[in-house]
Amino acid sequence: MLCQDCKKKEATVHLTQIINDEKIELNLCRECAEKRGFHSPLEGASFPLAEFLASILDQSLKKVPTRLKESKCSVCGIGYSDFVKAGRLGCGNCYKVFREELKDLLRKIHGSDQHRGKAPAALEDVMKPIKDQRRLQEQLRKAVESEDFEKAAKLRDKIKALNKKL
Amino acid sequence: MFDEMVKKEAEWLSGEGKNSDIVLSSRVRLARNITGIPFPAVADTDTRQKILSYVKIAIDKGGAFKKGIFYNSSELSHTDKDFLLERHLVSPEFVKDQNGFKGIFIGEDEKISIMINEEDHLRLQAIRSGLEIKATWEEVNRIDDELSKFLEFDFDSDFGYLTSCPTNVGAGIRASILIHLPGLVLTRELDKVISRITKMGLTVRGFYGEGTDVLGNLFQVSNQTTLGKSEEDIIESLEKITQQIIEYEGNSRATLFRDAKEHIEDKIWRAYGILRYACVLTSDEVMNLLSALRLGIGMGTLSGIDLKLINQLLILTQPAHLQKYYGYQMNADQRDKKRAELLRERLEKS
Repeated sequence: MLCQDCKKKEATVHLTQIINDEKIELNLCRECAEKRGFHSPLEGASFPLAEFLASILDQSLKKVPTRLKESKCSVCGIGYSDFVKAGRLGCGNCYKVFREELKDLLRKIHGSDQHRGKAPAALEDVMKPIKDQRRLQEQLRKAVESEDFEKAAKLRDKIKALNKKL
Repeated sequence: MFDEMVKKEAEWLSGEGKNSDIVLSSRVRLARNITGIPFPAVADTDTRQKILSYVKIAIDKGGAFKKGIFYNSSELSHTDKDFLLERHLVSPEFVKDQNGFKGIFIGEDEKISIMINEEDHLRLQAIRSGLEIKATWEEVNRIDDELSKFLEFDFDSDFGYLTSCPTNVGAGIRASILIHLPGLVLTRELDKVISRITKMGLTVRGFYGEGTDVLGNLFQVSNQTTLGKSEEDIIESLEKITQQIIEYEGNSRATLFRDAKEHIEDKIWRAYGILRYACVLTSDEVMNLLSALRLGIGMGTLSGIDLKLINQLLILTQPAHLQKYYGYQMNADQRDKKRAELLRERLEKS
């Protein structure tokens, strides 16, 4: 369906207004809808993730060394450039093969490259000291930021003790 | 298929739970993959079939899944899939993707469901009526624990649960609430609220999730990041921010009723009039009119209609539901007439 205002572009905005029991239907292209003052309340919100991801990936590919561009995951056969194109990894092993590049990417997406949440029950015992250590390091970072050096020193000792155990 | 299901309403439409006049539902889903097997998009047919049977076995063995039904995507027609999408049991991706060997397990009352071979091997979901995000998380967490007794999930000590898309890695969690915000839309305050929400690491989407349109002033608010925070922290911050949004919405409604009471009440009664007497109604139009009714109930303008009915009508008037309800295929014109007929009947009774 063509936009009823400009009659050139495809109508992507469909509005139904009911004024005095009379139904008025508008089929407009995006530009003409905006001219008439209609706009989507979600406009300008920072999403969707897929687009966001694509823009980061686009930048990251330029920095990727040729070695990695050609290497492929041994389990699923996906290469790093395949990943960049599709925005999807092929299997769990890809996370090992492209580890360093992914770390950088994950920090950009999530602001972190370290999991803090639950682990499968079978791994909970292994994960507990690692999680404790991450929590303490986060607290240490905050203590240093707020210049609470007494607390920071205590936390540093705790981390040291925990490291010995690990 | 689904002849029985269409007659019953899902628990999340019951209109119960905290703040259910504004928050329709709370939903938490977890992405999980089985170790050593390629993700669905890269897996060949044999592998996809294997994944499906592994998950089926785990569901059969797990004690938490006694009363539930499993469907293979091959036994589902296009309308069947749309029907499940309208009930928020599968994603738009599940319907769109033509690759075979997908599956959906639906638990009792539709409170839990498991999608198999969508973007990840498993997508576990729990959904409830109202602002009950903590209880919803606990429910899906329990299912995850139960399944992990029988399936070894791909997990990395640095990156957490591994997923097909790096935006889900870590906790693999997407916690979201479906919220009705006519006050903020009418007072044009929504843009401000959305920019505040997105600054706090949450995202706002349309009725059916990522990339879908806003209909009936219904919005999905969910967490954006999944790595570096515990599930509990993610749930807690979503709950807190939702409470703030509810407060903003309340303020907007108060402003509207102070400055333009007659206009708003007129809008509500006109919506009621159209829904009650019109002969031809499109699905989008109904969603917008029901939004006005929901506002009317929340503000005490309309009495004698309960939220449960509005929630039921919201789903029942969707295209696939309408066809399931009446038991035959209809084109858009036929649906628009039947939809109006259904609304006339239901509203006459109330």
